[in-house]
Amino acid sequence: MTTSHQLAAERLTLGYGDRVVVSSLDLVVPPGAITVIVGANACGKSTLLRSMTRLLTPRAGQVVLDGRAVHRLPAKELARTLGLLPQSPVAPEGITVLDLVGRGRHPHQGVFSRWNERDDAAVAAALDATRTAELADRAVDELSGGQRQRVWIAMALAQQTDLLLLDEPTTFLDASHQIEVLDLLTDLNRTRGTTVVMVLHDLNLAARYADHLIAVADGALHAAGHPSEVLNEETVRAVFGLESRVIEDPVSGRPLMLPIGRYHSGGERCHGGGEGAVGAGGPGGAVTADKR
Amino acid sequence: MTAPTARRVAGPPPVNDVPVGNGAPAGTVRAVAVGRRRRAARRRLVVLVLAVLVVAAFAASLMFGRTYYPPGEVLRVIAGERVPGASFTVGRLRLPRAVLAVTAGLSFGLAGVTFQTMLRNPLASPDIIGISAGASAAAAIAIVTLSLGGTAVSVLAIAAGLGVALLVYGLAFRDGVVGTRLILIGIGISAMLDSVTSYVLSRAAEWDLAEAMRWLTGSLNGARWNETVPALVALAVLAPVLLSRARDLDALRLGDDTAAALGVRVERVRLTLIVAAVGLIAFATAATGPIAFVAFLSGPIAARLVGPGASTLLPAGLVGALLVLAADFVGQFAFDHRYPVGVVTGVLGAPYLIYLIVRTHRAGGST
Repeated sequence: MTTSHQLAAERLTLGYGDRVVVSSLDLVVPPGAITVIVGANACGKSTLLRSMTRLLTPRAGQVVLDGRAVHRLPAKELARTLGLLPQSPVAPEGITVLDLVGRGRHPHQGVFSRWNERDDAAVAAALDATRTAELADRAVDELSGGQRQRVWIAMALAQQTDLLLLDEPTTFLDASHQIEVLDLLTDLNRTRGTTVVMVLHDLNLAARYADHLIAVADGALHAAGHPSEVLNEETVRAVFGLESRVIEDPVSGRPLMLPIGRYHSGGERCHGGGEGAVGAGGPGGAVTADKR
Repeated sequence: MTAPTARRVAGPPPVNDVPVGNGAPAGTVRAVAVGRRRRAARRRLVVLVLAVLVVAAFAASLMFGRTYYPPGEVLRVIAGERVPGASFTVGRLRLPRAVLAVTAGLSFGLAGVTFQTMLRNPLASPDIIGISAGASAAAAIAIVTLSLGGTAVSVLAIAAGLGVALLVYGLAFRDGVVGTRLILIGIGISAMLDSVTSYVLSRAAEWDLAEAMRWLTGSLNGARWNETVPALVALAVLAPVLLSRARDLDALRLGDDTAAALGVRVERVRLTLIVAAVGLIAFATAATGPIAFVAFLSGPIAARLVGPGASTLLPAGLVGALLVLAADFVGQFAFDHRYPVGVVTGVLGAPYLIYLIVRTHRAGGST
């Protein structure tokens, strides 16, 4: 059921202009699993994701898909294997859900080839999987945030790729819609064997939904593995510069991170200092400078 | 549920590896097919009606004028027969003019909608952001000041058009190009270039009002085959280039990242589109001058006709051709004085420009 496309980064160095964002990073995406990348703002998560669909050419190293460098694969061939939903895609004014989802068929169509039944079937399956079929004739710009995100995911699904990359698919969504989107992606992974790679902001949702968690700090891989191995107080400190307690999530059994700030964290008044951080030497000092 | 394994080798000839339906109920598949067919049918109908109207307007512009020639005589002239009177009036005067009207209209329409779609802004049309003005100024300098003709004029017009496109893009570039900045810079450059054109014309030895009108607002007056043919050849070469990229252009509307994820080679496609569109604008402008607002109006009119989401490239070209033919007809015969085609299209376009600017400012005044 699961096709095992091997996606990996080898000594990958990425940057914009003079700025190096990711340096000499190695990582392997386990096939058929849900991989979540977490890290502080501007640590290079999105950059990493962009380079995997070659939106960004590496300074050094390479992204390898099934033994071939993605930057040397034909564009459409890559787009039939690897899909990406960017953080802020643009919906053309007035476009209907059906049309937008249909755009996902682009890599399967030649310059002059006509739309065919396979395209219809793929679009229908995508609408169905995201429960957006009843919205098909609505204009995308009049949908709610949660509906819109489901439609964009439907577009990526219509692309029928075995690997799906998503850059913060839950941003701007309320709690119930976040869960809805993450459940939907898990459905895809479980029923079709789609390999999902996504960047998430929320560490606890990441820990809950990831089969494989990758923590990135300052453009380098800090830790990777099952959430229960990766997510601990030391990782949170190193990656986010934040004191915390990590307990077992009573709902999922996965690790749950409870941040410790200067207020409402047990001993009021002084910095930090919940039990988990006693004698941490003033967490304020551990906070790394925010880069932007 | 069978995830396809061999999809990477499956090119356009369909290999039956797609999980047809994939759990989607037949009802959804049918609804998708129906919706898609309905939209395609609407677009086909719009294209057909527009094409018929263009042919009708073309025929009318050959038949009507100071003297009326019946369709039979017109056809005989086109077939190459000698018909007294008609051979000169239709064959030498009206035919090149009508062909140039269609050629320029298609060129402006196609190029305009390409820019508007690519830059995701209806104001980003080549006649607003200075590309037409650049081509026009270069053509005016070439013809009036340097006394050049034919290919040399077109080459200079193209070079100027591309130069302006690059200049505007370069000036607007700051960590990527923001549409509004590009448009404002383009409007400024356009105004500068228009004044260059005015200056060149005012220095011309013989003051010729018709010539001045041609380079300032566009005109089909005095159209001859030696001006029409280069524009026609450019259209025959460049229009297929644009039309073959229609799907990529549609994908670009979703943003560069999404388009790239869908397998569009964004930079290469954008370069192809810009060169082809500027080429169309420049060749047409070298023949007619910058016919005001045709590039700007055609795309939005076509989009209204075909509905959101459908490709507007070909419909916009046809709308452009129809606009130029109709406006020229109105300019020639609707008033007791003859006006160049650009005056008529200018009157149509200006209110729409004002409307768009007002609406843009209401929507997002900050940038």
